[in-house]
Amino acid sequence: MIETIKLKYMQGNKFIPDIENAPMREQFRGFPILNNNAKKPEISCCPTGALSLEPLSIDLGKCTLCGNCKCEAIQFSNRYKLGATSREKLIITENMTADEFEKIAIQSRTEIKKIFSKSLKLRQVSAGGCNGCEMELNACSNCNFDMGRFGIEFVASPRHADGLVITGPITKNMAYALEDCYHSTPNPKIVILTGACAISGGIFQNSTQINREFLEKYPIDLYIPGCPTHPLTFINAILKFISNK
Amino acid sequence: MKWILTENNKKINSLEIPTISIEDLKHDLKNMNLRVVGFFGKQEFENIRLYVTLADDKNGIFYISSVLFNPNEKSYESLTQDFPAFHIFEREFYEEFGIKPLNHPWLKPIRHNQDKYPFFSMRGEDVHEVAVGPIHAGVIEPGHFRFMCQGEKVYDLEIMLGYQHRGIEELILNSSNFNNRLAESICGDTVIGHNMAYSMVMESLSDTKISEKSKIIRRIALELERMAVHIGDMGAISGDMAYLPGASIFGTTRTLVINTMLEICGSRFGRGLINVGGINFDIDHSMEQKIIAMLDEVLHITQKTVKVMLKKSSCISRMEKTGFVSTENARLLGAVGMAARSSGVNIDSRFDFKDEFYQLIGKKLNFKATGDVYSRFRLRYEEVLQSANFIKNLLEILRQYNKQNLKSEIGFVSPNSFVISSVEGWRGEIVHIAITGANSELLRYKIKDSSFNNWYMLAMAVRNNGISDFPLCNKSFNLSYCGNDL
Repeated sequence: MIETIKLKYMQGNKFIPDIENAPMREQFRGFPILNNNAKKPEISCCPTGALSLEPLSIDLGKCTLCGNCKCEAIQFSNRYKLGATSREKLIITENMTADEFEKIAIQSRTEIKKIFSKSLKLRQVSAGGCNGCEMELNACSNCNFDMGRFGIEFVASPRHADGLVITGPITKNMAYALEDCYHSTPNPKIVILTGACAISGGIFQNSTQINREFLEKYPIDLYIPGCPTHPLTFINAILKFISNK
Repeated sequence: MKWILTENNKKINSLEIPTISIEDLKHDLKNMNLRVVGFFGKQEFENIRLYVTLADDKNGIFYISSVLFNPNEKSYESLTQDFPAFHIFEREFYEEFGIKPLNHPWLKPIRHNQDKYPFFSMRGEDVHEVAVGPIHAGVIEPGHFRFMCQGEKVYDLEIMLGYQHRGIEELILNSSNFNNRLAESICGDTVIGHNMAYSMVMESLSDTKISEKSKIIRRIALELERMAVHIGDMGAISGDMAYLPGASIFGTTRTLVINTMLEICGSRFGRGLINVGGINFDIDHSMEQKIIAMLDEVLHITQKTVKVMLKKSSCISRMEKTGFVSTENARLLGAVGMAARSSGVNIDSRFDFKDEFYQLIGKKLNFKATGDVYSRFRLRYEEVLQSANFIKNLLEILRQYNKQNLKSEIGFVSPNSFVISSVEGWRGEIVHIAITGANSELLRYKIKDSSFNNWYMLAMAVRNNGISDFPLCNKSFNLSYCGNDL
């Protein structure tokens, strides 16, 4: 017993106290900074078609933040708050700065803030993809990020959940299970798409084995980009989405 | 000559691959006693050519041959009856090309037709079945498990996968450029392993020589990935046996490793680090110091925690004799990687296939395997220590090549070639095989993740265990759904 306590003492406090202003390493590729006047990259360098040249723009819903296009015209800042409540807002142009984006990107309805601000229980559905987003979502609940302290948790059953978090491009084989899960979640419910695959099909958008009809049928409340989504991106997007402040 | 011999990452002429009959194949399999690493078809006009690749682990050589099926031949006598390791390969070949292996003991779908899956069933007093998935209670990938139990005891487990199937092999064939980002998404927990295999295949096809420096940095990343996942899994195993201090300490320790990866290349899992022709990010002197400091801290914490944990009888009793797989069964099933090593099958493609750098920095781990969860936990621990040591040695060698380029010029892809590349990822061997046609176009790209071999091992491991021990057994293997489903 005493040895276990010693271990815990050795571990110390590892949680990030102020998650909204958590420092991020400068190497992280986050919000892009664009410059129309500099030399632009080849369009073919982008593996997911997130890049447009005239005028220069990057669709964060498709972007895997791989850095292939990095050049004078396109730089990546380490700003990690990338979530948005509408698909259009994810298309970043030259005029958009990270500060401005963070101000306008997430605008949720007052009912959502009223119902979920103190507690939000989510059911994650992995619908294809590569397990990268799943690992980062698991990391959200570890001792570093400790999402549970804000009342946000992943639960074991859709029947206990207030909403779904979908990762992956939605394969044909998972389409039915996903829809079933959606109907098993009691109303009122929210749907969150996490990662480039879920938002746009990402790197798998040209696959013949995916079926994205679900997204046409049901409303989506929140888009959280990344490949995979960093835990700070995920937690901050949800906090902004439900917080009353 | 009935077989053509080749080495890891060596290009051969695909037209020189011999054609043999299925009887010859069976005869040779009996005599040669080698391990299957590739068994896949390719359309060749109206015929179907089945490529068979066997690994000779002792000598570090691959044997390649092929069997031709004309349009009238729709079946053959299955190899699985004599060589169980072929079971999953024959199922895959049947699903993709419709050529039926007759008398196959469990010819079931792997990536399609889940609604028509013919489960085994059991009848009798107190016998019941438990169905789990595809959506599980935790934040994990989808898959369906069907347990046949008597009371608490599991008689058998059937694993039905395929939910993650997104047609990766087809996407690689259709890519106009080299697509490293796609290779990174084959399996998100083995980003470096799969991307390295893909890059090495493409570099061998195009006769591209990459610098020693980028080779070394790739191997450093591969070992960092191994450390990160193993430590994370040790945390997950601790969590599943309700030793929560372990879960929390290993969880935060893993963060130290993956955050170092973030500092190297901007992604916690090493995405964007490796490209065909080299790497994109350097490890300079200050980075080297950071890595060494991180390794020392991680080793200190891990060693202390494991020492305390393995003194706790409550931990030991949950791990010992749980999820046991014998050496014989592991070998018969064709298990690979750390799961195989934990059952006493000592194969490791880093050393078996004579990698130039791994031979310099060390040798195979001498591990006393017991085949249970305890064995897999301890093997992970010892591999973490070994990897940390490897990284330190690699960093030392890296200094000599300080001035070299990160990227090299990529040559043209050769026509009519066949390349096999095997990389020992943290889970086990990752095999990528590419075949090009007369115009240098990719005709076939075959990926085999280690999970493909190992899923059946999990089914064997839970037999005769309590059903409540399933999560513990499952975590001790931590197999990939997406690597299997592709």
